[in-house]
Amino acid sequence: MEFLTTFVNGLSLGGIYAMIALGYTMVYGIAKMLNFAHGDIIMVGGYTILLFLAVNPIVAIVASMIFCMLLGIVIEKVAYKPLRGASPLAVLITAIGVSYLLQSISQMIFGSAPKFIVIAELGILKIGGLSIGYSTIITLACSLVVMIALSLFVKFSKTGRAMVAVSEDKGAAQLMGINVNNIIMITFAIGSALAALASVFFLLKAPTMSPTFGSLPGIKAFTAAVIGGIGSIPGAMLGGILLGVIECFAQSVPVISPYTDAIEFSILIILLLVKPSGLLGKKRREKV
Amino acid sequence: MNKIKNIKWKNYINYIVIGLLTVVFAALSMFGGLKTSTAYLLEEIAIKIILAVSLSLVVGFLGELSLGHAGFMCVGAYLGGKVAALLVAPLGNGFLTLIISLLVGGACAGLCGFLIGLPALRLRGDYLAITTLAFGEIVRTIFQNTSAETFGGPIGLPTPRFEAKYFYVICFATVLITLFVVQNLIRSKHGRAIKAIRDNEIAARATGINITGYKLLGFVLSAVFAGIAGVLYSYTKFNVSSQIFDYNYSIEILVIVVLGGMGNINGSMIAAVLVTFLNRYLANVLTGNLAVLKDLIYALVLIVIVIYNNAPKLKSFREKYNIKALTDKLKRKKATEADGKEEV
Repeated sequence: MEFLTTFVNGLSLGGIYAMIALGYTMVYGIAKMLNFAHGDIIMVGGYTILLFLAVNPIVAIVASMIFCMLLGIVIEKVAYKPLRGASPLAVLITAIGVSYLLQSISQMIFGSAPKFIVIAELGILKIGGLSIGYSTIITLACSLVVMIALSLFVKFSKTGRAMVAVSEDKGAAQLMGINVNNIIMITFAIGSALAALASVFFLLKAPTMSPTFGSLPGIKAFTAAVIGGIGSIPGAMLGGILLGVIECFAQSVPVISPYTDAIEFSILIILLLVKPSGLLGKKRREKV
Repeated sequence: MNKIKNIKWKNYINYIVIGLLTVVFAALSMFGGLKTSTAYLLEEIAIKIILAVSLSLVVGFLGELSLGHAGFMCVGAYLGGKVAALLVAPLGNGFLTLIISLLVGGACAGLCGFLIGLPALRLRGDYLAITTLAFGEIVRTIFQNTSAETFGGPIGLPTPRFEAKYFYVICFATVLITLFVVQNLIRSKHGRAIKAIRDNEIAARATGINITGYKLLGFVLSAVFAGIAGVLYSYTKFNVSSQIFDYNYSIEILVIVVLGGMGNINGSMIAAVLVTFLNRYLANVLTGNLAVLKDLIYALVLIVIVIYNNAPKLKSFREKYNIKALTDKLKRKKATEADGKEEV
């Protein structure tokens, strides 16, 4: 029974990681950059919820998603767009700068002490010997819905197909009449909205938020994206869920639980040694 | 002949400046003119310079991003510090202990660099950034969970403190060694190979350069010096705690390297001095909630500098207005003026 509980908890945590990993992987696929500031969008989302929580929880969640969407677009336009065509190293360093900037701004506004943000008090579901929090179930269900919706969107909508085209070949996509700048903007918007949604589920799990909250889940989700094969949307989902399950099982064993983070990152390094393109990633031949 | 002399002098100016400064400070402290707080600051500056120069080798010359420099420093600080703590009883707190622990700390960090670099550097793209980031977190987690007898766990590892009166001289001597190794590497055939890889990997491979080998060489060397900086750090403190070597510390070193100009060792050194000074003085001025302002400024400076230096659209602007262009213009103006006078 305990095994099953851990498994369900792992799936739900994995759902959150997958949601964040989707943002990383989509941005990497389309803009060919690692958006290090993505993790901090989660934190911004959490604080935005705090600001609007007095009105209504649902309003707060929607407001936070919209705000993060706008923030993602602004970051892309101001910090990343001028560097399009520059060396990848420069873009990477700028992304780190943005992440640092978001952290220090929110620390200035909200202080460095963690803030309690209770969106809703949810009980615990008991079936036989199984006890699972309602928040876990909601998270699992929502992340499943989001993943399916996103897959359908990418596969069948015009914008989604344009996104795939841009990630395959930017130049050719432009020749086919796709507005690459708009597609990149939409990608950032979707990724940031997903990050905001992820912050909701994190808050349901543990209702605290601090300015540096986003960095660890960000790094982990990123690890998940690389494990699944960066640039691949199903890969990010698989990687996220795998990582979540591994984390919950590692935490349930007392001897290795302090080393949970180390185990997760070691898996990343070993995987890069064995299969650098990730589980579902495509191997690309380099051309001159 | 004159030209050759000029070049040589220019090449060694950083050794001369650091050497002279060290001698001046050493003389000052001999006659008791140096406050302890200044000595501490000098130690800090020297350690930052070593870190910045070694990271500059990876970021500026290899063209790869390392986000785990603090992790290598942590390995050096813990293992070197442990060796020092063990050797203090039989060998005393002297040079022999220091040198052995420096070697051990550097070697261990270098080994870690090799193990991390081997999978990551075979691949193209941003994999080194990811793996080093992961490495930094792994190291921190592991040292934080050690037992009290081995590495102190969350309380930290107690290490011997070197006599503050002249330890910064040792630190600056280590800076000189670091500079010597890194600068000579970059100016050698191997250094040119490393720069060729940075500029165009495919072309470098076509000319027969062993890409992974040279990348590993640069990365491992950088890790070794980060480890050495870590050992020095452990000697400046009574207690090493793994919490310091976090992601933000790595970023701070990266800020220094970017601020100094990527691929410019002297720039990195100047930036290291500047940032350490600023850190110290801003910490006094900005207290309470304002303390964040420092991070805010760093972040903004980082973004603005990188965009300004790399944005393709600003290229013509950069070429028109920069220090080199301005000095060239002045030189030309002077030259024409001189010509004019001669004619008269």
